[in-house]
Amino acid sequence: MTNTDAYGHVRGESVYLDDIPIIHNTLFACVFDSPVAHGVIRSIDLSEAEKIPGVVRILLAKDIPGENQIGGIVPDEPLLADHHVHFQGMPIALVIAESEEIAHDAAKKIKVVIDPLEIITDPRIAFQKNELIIPPKKFKLGDTDIAFKDCAHVFSGRADVNGQEHLYIETQGAYSVPMEGGGIKIYSSTQGPTAVQRTVARVTGLAMHRVEVEVGRLGGGFGGKEDQANPWAALCALGTLYTGRPVKYSLHRLEDMRMTGKRHPYSADYKIGLDKDLNIIAYEAVFYQNAGAAADLSPAVLERTLFHCTNSYYIPHVTATAYSCRTHLPPNTAFRGFGGPQGMFVIESAITHAAEKLNVSRSVIQRKNLINPGEEFPYGQKAESEAVTTWVQADDQFGLEKIMKDAHDFNAKHADMKRGVAMMPVCFGISFTKTLMNQARALVHVYTDGSVAVSTGAVEMGQGVNTKMLQVVARAFSLSPDKIKVHTTNTLRIANTSPSAASSTADLNGKATLMACEAILDRLKIVAAEELELQSNPDDLKIENGFVFYKNEPTKLDWKTLVNAAFVKRVSLSEHAHYATPGIYFDWATAKGHPFAYHVYGTVIIQVTLDCLRGIYEVDFVKGVHDYGKSMNTLIDLGQIEGGIVQGIGWMTMEEIVYDEKGKLHSNALSNYKIPDIHSVPHAIDIQPLSTNRESLAVFSSKAVGEPPLMYGIGAYFAIRDAVRAFNASASPRYDAPFTHEKVLLSLHDSDIKEKSPKYRSSKA
Amino acid sequence: MLSFILNQETIHTDMPPGMTVLDFIRYHKHLTGTKIGCREGDCGACTILVGEDQGSEMRYRSMTCCLMPLSNAEGKHIVTIEGINPPAGQLTPVQEAMVEENGTQCGFCTVGFVVSLTGFCLNNKEATAEAAISSIDGNICRCTGYKSIERASSKLINLLKSKDGLTPISFAIAQKIVPPWFAGIRERLEEINSSVSTSLEDLPKTKPVIISGGTDLYVQRPEEMVHTVAVNVFNQNNLKEIRDVGSRIEIGASVTVSDLMESPVMNALFPKLKKHLKLVSSTPIRNMATVAGNLVNASPIGDLTVWFLAMKATVVVRNGLKDGKAHEIPLCDFYQGYKKLAKKANEVVEKIYFDKPDHTSRFNFEKVSKRTFLDIATVNTAIHLRVTDHLIIDAHLSAGGVGPVPLYLKNTSSCLKLKRYPFDKETLHEMNHILQSEISPISDVRGSATYKRLLMKQLFLAHFKELFPSS
Repeated sequence: MTNTDAYGHVRGESVYLDDIPIIHNTLFACVFDSPVAHGVIRSIDLSEAEKIPGVVRILLAKDIPGENQIGGIVPDEPLLADHHVHFQGMPIALVIAESEEIAHDAAKKIKVVIDPLEIITDPRIAFQKNELIIPPKKFKLGDTDIAFKDCAHVFSGRADVNGQEHLYIETQGAYSVPMEGGGIKIYSSTQGPTAVQRTVARVTGLAMHRVEVEVGRLGGGFGGKEDQANPWAALCALGTLYTGRPVKYSLHRLEDMRMTGKRHPYSADYKIGLDKDLNIIAYEAVFYQNAGAAADLSPAVLERTLFHCTNSYYIPHVTATAYSCRTHLPPNTAFRGFGGPQGMFVIESAITHAAEKLNVSRSVIQRKNLINPGEEFPYGQKAESEAVTTWVQADDQFGLEKIMKDAHDFNAKHADMKRGVAMMPVCFGISFTKTLMNQARALVHVYTDGSVAVSTGAVEMGQGVNTKMLQVVARAFSLSPDKIKVHTTNTLRIANTSPSAASSTADLNGKATLMACEAILDRLKIVAAEELELQSNPDDLKIENGFVFYKNEPTKLDWKTLVNAAFVKRVSLSEHAHYATPGIYFDWATAKGHPFAYHVYGTVIIQVTLDCLRGIYEVDFVKGVHDYGKSMNTLIDLGQIEGGIVQGIGWMTMEEIVYDEKGKLHSNALSNYKIPDIHSVPHAIDIQPLSTNRESLAVFSSKAVGEPPLMYGIGAYFAIRDAVRAFNASASPRYDAPFTHEKVLLSLHDSDIKEKSPKYRSSKA
Repeated sequence: MLSFILNQETIHTDMPPGMTVLDFIRYHKHLTGTKIGCREGDCGACTILVGEDQGSEMRYRSMTCCLMPLSNAEGKHIVTIEGINPPAGQLTPVQEAMVEENGTQCGFCTVGFVVSLTGFCLNNKEATAEAAISSIDGNICRCTGYKSIERASSKLINLLKSKDGLTPISFAIAQKIVPPWFAGIRERLEEINSSVSTSLEDLPKTKPVIISGGTDLYVQRPEEMVHTVAVNVFNQNNLKEIRDVGSRIEIGASVTVSDLMESPVMNALFPKLKKHLKLVSSTPIRNMATVAGNLVNASPIGDLTVWFLAMKATVVVRNGLKDGKAHEIPLCDFYQGYKKLAKKANEVVEKIYFDKPDHTSRFNFEKVSKRTFLDIATVNTAIHLRVTDHLIIDAHLSAGGVGPVPLYLKNTSSCLKLKRYPFDKETLHEMNHILQSEISPISDVRGSATYKRLLMKQLFLAHFKELFPSS
């Protein structure tokens, strides 16, 4: 079925935060943020700003009645800077004014004097200075010290990968409305309504039951609104608390890009050891995560880097260490893949390094080392692997050998155009690695006209979760979709939710929804048996297409009559169900456990064509086999795959975040931070479903689909590298993503650069 | 007082002419289907259609209304998604294709795509997949990866192939792509325009601000522009002509990039014009951005500026807008320093002209940026040669992004003269040496100086690969 939200989207009738009709008396907020990345605030001068007519109030840290703290995992992040500023873009003051324009004008008139302190932007320097967010984390399997001694080949090197701006097209924002009795209702563009509720409560000092958070939908999230939607909601709430009036803040794009964190950049050292048959025997990696100025979700992101540090491969001896390094950049945060892609980039770099030195195709080493069912990940979980099956099916369907040969032939014929090919297997664990978060609730009401309303903790942000929830209800009750309405996410209806993240939203909330429907169905069947005067087992009854069936024969009892009968008999037509993923656990003391309900696997082949004259490239195709489980909605899942691939390719190619040494963001607008446009996407994307009979734990045996496809994009990096080396065999560019046009051209013509006189050389600003 | 038609409604408003159309429709008319994504014309979430009476019929073009001053709406038909929507419960073929192909995920960019594709259905361009994709080249989507949107577009191609001689508007109405009332818009506009005074006020004496397409002014200083009393030349018909006057071509100041791209005169002289100008921003921006705007903006990487520098164009400026004195400045002398022009504040660009290329002429334009399309150049360059039998008899080379102003590369150009292609290694080496001595790139967000130098050299080579394909 098509996305249920699509009708409103194409007509422009779907309501996003900035579309909510303005309530009379609303005020508008604007943040004044730090122009300096690190320093001590000496003075703040609000006098000029306060003089502007229409400015109602300017709030500072000292005005916060509750706790000036928004750190979720580690309490290390004030909402408004009090004495210190820790990054450029850190909120210092909040202007509340009669109009957005006045609020912006006033913010510009605020003056602050800051004594500068040393600025760190490089995670390795932060590590040297022992600026760590949390103690290091380590995964260990086997014994690498011993294993490396037995390896025929050992290679070590460094890999760097830059961050990524979320660039949800709808910027962050919140709208806070005073409720009677001193409560506050917050409309928020957040993936985590409960996180917003908790943060607002913490900052305002209100109890959580007085803070209602309502989320209609998001114009994109990608992880950027998991925890970083909190500050704007808390700030608006503060404004409401002080003025007793509604306060709205919808961020300008420049504010959003400047003040919010991004995907974590990483720098890593690797050491890989292979035996003479190219089996990877040992792997060591040290990850330096650039966490930014505060913890935010960095510790959890760091963990997932370790969980995915061996990607789809089985390596018997692994030591992986990860440091979350504090720098003076905006706190980096969740982004589709959540640290996993960075871990994978490093192992793929290490494999490429080995392949180039040993003069074999990367794919030979990759194929040889795919994890088999029953083999162990470094964290102790045994794989129910589809790594080999997806690889084999991708190869069978698309013919890797022929693709590589064709590329080779093309390269022989063209002097200035070169093709590169890369395989990219992906293995991604599904569940929040923090076990307690793997729970969800759903509330299902059947009304006496037969229509059904469902609320869950899932937030619709384009991933189609509303449609999937509706499908669960439609399938459970065998009702037509027009009888079912999936409602907004609201903390009064569903409490203590986990954020919509970790690809698990449909899994968790879908299961809870199914449980709620089944509970209602069980009660309805008893009513049906009574109505049909059957002394039978309710299992002989089922509901199909709006009628009750008895032993597979239709009866004349229809859905609406049945529902009314239940109501008359005072049988509950509502259910609030709770689901918690069974069988998962993790023990950080030993760094072993079974953290994931299951893994998603897939393998793609990516080909690029490089214009070696100009140093620009196109992605010809991404073809492969993906493990959907039994897809609940092939249209929606395909959309997640295609969108994920393109987002991953963007991260690996053109998306370049640039901070200078002062911690100032230069890629601060859409004009200088480029995400894929319609001309830069692969000419063809062909992803076939894995054929397998393996059952999955998730709802209706589907598998999560949100994050894994992003990591296919990593293949684009290595395909470009392959093409560069087809032109310039001696090129050995650093493993340093993204592979921008600049890096490509410089790698293609590296000898040219070396010839140049020094005056042509200059370092990047 | 500004008058125009917004969807079905005739608007007479006293709102500031500098206010953006975006703010007017969202916050004053409460039409919230048009979204705000970036406010700098780079995402397309705020795409609207702007219809103009072309004498016999209406012509609609997509524009990003975040950069469009209300004054540019004067006398036009402004169409938002609310003006396209059929009655509740129904969808247009464009909307239906987007729904069926799952061309929408979070939905925030969707309206922009629907409006752009509707504009495509309303124009007279050929119904090809390539043309359909071009119509949405200014719309950014972060969710779908575009493949589903491509599939939706191909569905529309099939529909458009059945056009069968109908005018675009009648066809679109018959196919329910737009509502039936579109048929009456032209007459209504005629009535509005007949009462609008067309006489242009002359420039204020001090610090005049002249606005045309607004695509740069509204990016550089959006807040200030709202309250600036700017003199608007975008709608001046006398500045919109592309004329072939015998030995030379004259291009009016308010000619847009799209006008250039669609001009038969220009296409006849520059066979690769469409391919080259496709590298200049995006369809909605090309629909707004003007020649004079690009020149006067003085960006070191102005695409059109670099183009016209290689054509040795001359700028005609006039003192004021009415009867002031005109004088001419060669474009290569127009830039005196970073953002510093060789014209006085009260001098307004009226037109530019250049000598017509002849049968010996070869022209090429190259541009590389972080993203190939819809991006600002890292380095751009144009070359105009006159060649007889592989002998270069005249050469003009220009480049942007490699100095504080767009450069006419005088020394390299003269060095090229009387050289025969292909060049031997020494000649190439020598020319690159001269080329490198003429440029002074700096490292910035678009690339390091080292890269820009290498890129300049490569694009110089690319010119010759393009101009002498068989060699």
